[in-house]
Amino acid sequence: MLPKKNVMLGLVFAVVPLFHASSTVMAADAPTPATVAAPAPTPAPAMDPAKMRERGQILALSCSGCHGTDGKSSSIIPSIYGKTTGYIESALLDFKSGARVSTVMGRHAKGYTPEEIHLIAEYFGNLSKKKN
Amino acid sequence: MSISRRDFNKLLVSGVAGSAFGVFGMSGNAFAAGGSKKHVVVVGGGFGGAATAKYLRKLDPSISVTLIEQKLSYVTCPFSNWVLGGLRTMKDITHTYTALRTKHGVNVIADRVVSVDAAKGTLRLAGGRVIGYDRLVVSPGIDFKYDAIPGYSQKIAESKMPHAWQAGPQTILLHRQLQTMKNGGTVVICPPDNPFRCPPGPYERASLIAHYLKTHKPKSKIVILDAKEKFSKQGLFTKGWERLYPGMITWHSSTGGGKVLGVDAKAMTVETDLGAVKGDVINVIPAQKAGKIAFEAGLTNEKGWCPVNPSSFESTIHQGIHVIGDACIAGAMPKSGFAASSQGKVTAAAIINLLRGQEPAPPSLVNTCYSLIGPKYGVSVAGVYQLSPTGIVEIPGSGGLTPADASDDQLEQEAIFAEGWYTNISKDIWG
Repeated sequence: MLPKKNVMLGLVFAVVPLFHASSTVMAADAPTPATVAAPAPTPAPAMDPAKMRERGQILALSCSGCHGTDGKSSSIIPSIYGKTTGYIESALLDFKSGARVSTVMGRHAKGYTPEEIHLIAEYFGNLSKKKN
Repeated sequence: MSISRRDFNKLLVSGVAGSAFGVFGMSGNAFAAGGSKKHVVVVGGGFGGAATAKYLRKLDPSISVTLIEQKLSYVTCPFSNWVLGGLRTMKDITHTYTALRTKHGVNVIADRVVSVDAAKGTLRLAGGRVIGYDRLVVSPGIDFKYDAIPGYSQKIAESKMPHAWQAGPQTILLHRQLQTMKNGGTVVICPPDNPFRCPPGPYERASLIAHYLKTHKPKSKIVILDAKEKFSKQGLFTKGWERLYPGMITWHSSTGGGKVLGVDAKAMTVETDLGAVKGDVINVIPAQKAGKIAFEAGLTNEKGWCPVNPSSFESTIHQGIHVIGDACIAGAMPKSGFAASSQGKVTAAAIINLLRGQEPAPPSLVNTCYSLIGPKYGVSVAGVYQLSPTGIVEIPGSGGLTPADASDDQLEQEAIFAEGWYTNISKDIWG
């Protein structure tokens, strides 16, 4: 169990820096890129800002299913749009840790690394800034 | 040119295409593969296809997008059980393509695709038109294996034993049967074996039919004859049934007398290992396969589903064609409307990269499905997914079900969020 779990954790982190080699994620027999072998705590180092925005967008598209397009809710579900990067980031981190009680958000937030949560928060934070 | 001059002229005189062309100006490029403007065709206007069309336009307005859907409006399977339970009307779950057309500049054509030429990058519509594409997205949903159940057929489904597993006339038929059933009648529900569309759906259906019967026909019973040994959210449903509808719902596992050996539409019975079960209303949900056009385009495997590359949902059989939603094999993701829309967004982003000559970025996929057990009693399942060397997997430690010991407050909140979920996802896709 334990080694398997470590492999999975490695992959969670590997997804972030792997933009330039996405095909290698798929190919089990391809040579392992250095980023995968690197210890998990190393944050994605010099990621191209455009790629970071793109990653933030891909991650954020998942939110719109429940929270509305661009995070603008038309129902009782809270809007993400209009909130600051800092607010969204700390809310998601609190859902992830369980510090903030939720019905379903904890289960979702646990699916993202702190780095990914930051990218999601930045995406929505910037979106709100742009259109205001 | 992927479209003949004659076909092009036909398009111009047809009202639908004429108005759609207005969106892009009167340029032939809209349909010409190889023109300066890239053209993506999406087949199927459900959760997957409509989301792909909208998000392609939203993420890259330079791409022209054509959505081909034979129905003028779409009735969602999600919340169709709420209609059966008397909590929603058909109108509430019906969505048009107006916003896709007018707000997002999608060229919506009401027609049916009869064939796809993957080598040429063209497809043919029932109306005779041939349309070219740079990339094709096929989101055909499901079709049924009617012949897997002796005595059952499409004709029986449309007259006496509806499946109601594609919302619309089938939902109306089942709803009417429930309304005209006598107090004290028996409703038989026959869910299929895995994999099938909406794994918790048959059990939400049993719950909301039970809600209707408890309110209007309290002497009635529900018998579930299952092709499986266990089912989605089983603990949560079973607990909810005991609490809200004690004694009303009986579930038989496949080996416990649930396996359907055949049906008799005249006698209104279902044949099982334990003998014939008589129903006043019989809802047979047959085993499923990918929607018809997936077969016609040669996109299916021997099991009747479509294998895809999980980073872009591009078919592993035909290059340039992406298959999303219930029809595709998406690893750990369930066949749900929400999953289809998530796949649609990821596919839109992947197509934009591919049309620019770039590799698709690593996807991030998600699923959120609510099931209503009673009007104030909701449960949910969530999943966050990523790529692994073995395909799409759930991220360990994430997702999962409403806790078994959830408080009444939490269950009520989930029921309220279920409504919010429906409003927002419908608008995210068709609005």
